[in-house]
Amino acid sequence: MPPTVKVVRRPEGAKTSYLRATLKGMALTFKHMVNPAKVTLQYPEERPELSPRWRGTHRMEVHADGRPKCVACGLCPTVCPSNCIRLVGGEDDQGNRYPIVYEIDEFRCIFCGMCQEVCPVEAIHVGVHFENAEYTRDRFVYDLDRLMEQDHPSALLWDPSDPRSE
Amino acid sequence: MNEQSMTAFLIEKTIIVLSVFGGVMAVVALTTLIERRVAGFIQDRYGPNRVGWFGILQPAADGLKNFLKEETNPAAAAQPYFVLGPIISLAPALVTFAVVPFAAPLPTPWGVVEMIVADVPIGILYILALSSLGVYGVVMGGWASNNKFSFLGGLRASAQMVSYEVALGLAVVVVLMMAGSVTLTEMVWQQQQLNFWFAFPISLAFILFVISAFAETSRMPFDMPEAESELVGGFHTEYSGMKYAMYPMGEYSHMLTSSALMATLFFGGWDIPFWTGDDAFLVGGEWIKGFTETGAPVAAELAWWKTLFTFLVFGAKTYFFMIVYIWVRWTVPRFRYDQVMQLGWKVMLPTALAYVMVVAATILTLDQLEVAYGFTFGLVLTAVSALCTGIFLFVLDRGRVMDGAASGARQRFRASRELADAETPALPSGD
Repeated sequence: MPPTVKVVRRPEGAKTSYLRATLKGMALTFKHMVNPAKVTLQYPEERPELSPRWRGTHRMEVHADGRPKCVACGLCPTVCPSNCIRLVGGEDDQGNRYPIVYEIDEFRCIFCGMCQEVCPVEAIHVGVHFENAEYTRDRFVYDLDRLMEQDHPSALLWDPSDPRSE
Repeated sequence: MNEQSMTAFLIEKTIIVLSVFGGVMAVVALTTLIERRVAGFIQDRYGPNRVGWFGILQPAADGLKNFLKEETNPAAAAQPYFVLGPIISLAPALVTFAVVPFAAPLPTPWGVVEMIVADVPIGILYILALSSLGVYGVVMGGWASNNKFSFLGGLRASAQMVSYEVALGLAVVVVLMMAGSVTLTEMVWQQQQLNFWFAFPISLAFILFVISAFAETSRMPFDMPEAESELVGGFHTEYSGMKYAMYPMGEYSHMLTSSALMATLFFGGWDIPFWTGDDAFLVGGEWIKGFTETGAPVAAELAWWKTLFTFLVFGAKTYFFMIVYIWVRWTVPRFRYDQVMQLGWKVMLPTALAYVMVVAATILTLDQLEVAYGFTFGLVLTAVSALCTGIFLFVLDRGRVMDGAASGARQRFRASRELADAETPALPSGD
């Protein structure tokens, strides 16, 4: 017999009171009927409380003048374990690097959050957000404009000096 | 009613028939919702609460869905019977309500209106005859589906119906002996006269009636014909759309009728407890509420508000049993088929037979001793029945009712398990 199998023997058949057992069950169900400890979340009206470190779909931080903070350093596509970030960098007249193409395939993404951790200018973030439904598959490749438009809060990074976020 | 013209009679009965039919259908629809809500509460869920206020429009949404769904007609099914099955299952369940009085008579400017569709002289026999017809719908549907599981469901339904009809009939016989009549109006009247609801003087009959009624309506501990886990839905496996919906509708109206019967036969029907002001019965064309010391009839005082209140009381009593039906369904697991048969033939039938004899003997003795049909009469019968009920429960539960569930056995069980554990050889370690 494998060690995980727990053997529960029936109490001897002739020694149990079915009547009492039934009444006990009825009492239990009645208790729940009049005072249901409801655990269901009435979703569209009641929102779930997400952890501040929840890692959802991405967002790109922007400067005050509306430019993305990204400097196209190429760290996030390098670190990305699922290869879902496509970045083509460019340089403007003042020598500032900026992303010409910045796309994230949210279907490929595994939401590890390493892009946010590795970003030197705190531009790309995973967000505290979960409602991502779309009507077509290609809508799940977020381009730069889409990433900049996202307005949900960014995920809080794990702080090694405060591992439980207390 | 005796001096009414035919037209007045037709108008009166049309109104009553339509309102009773509408009322029954409305309650059936509501009960489907309440069943799901209560099931939800018992399982710590909400149940359907989206359509309308607290989900009150869910039955309407379900009905609409069922009308719009595609009706599947299996190629191998016997078409006429396949269509006839749901109809035969629903119709008798609806017409049985016709003989149940649901309120005190209503005085109108055109005469006193009885709150019953048809006060037929055969009363309870009509109900017994028609309610058992419902099973033909189940058997027919199960057979016509040409599906082995459906067929098994239909067979189980018929066997179960036959087994429990016997105990049900014998329980009703006891009620008939108490009331001395088969009409339900007179049973209500007798309970008002006795100042005792029949549930007390013939308590064991009530218990037998409830158990048999559960089996007759094939509700949860006895839902062998459906048995989702064994027969994939049983007799209604092949049904869809409105044809399917008629089976549950039949089941719920059956439940409603049997709840109304429990309320009428054993809990005084529309009688308001501890108050004689609502008593009314038709004797020789006169509505009376009782007799004086000398035996002269006292005229009943009828009023519309009494009708209303008695109707509410009847509704409350009936719906209490509906809730019990639902409550039991979500508590007690299904019996095994042989257990159902064993309970029906080896327990219910002999008990009912013996109990009929005991009650008959008691009533005969009381009559010989010239005890008047009244409080003392009821009290003696209550004592006798309480004894019978005690013995029945004690024997049924093999003497464990008083002893508690495995009180001594639990210790012996623990000891035996420890012994068994000690004997089990040590398991080889994981390396």
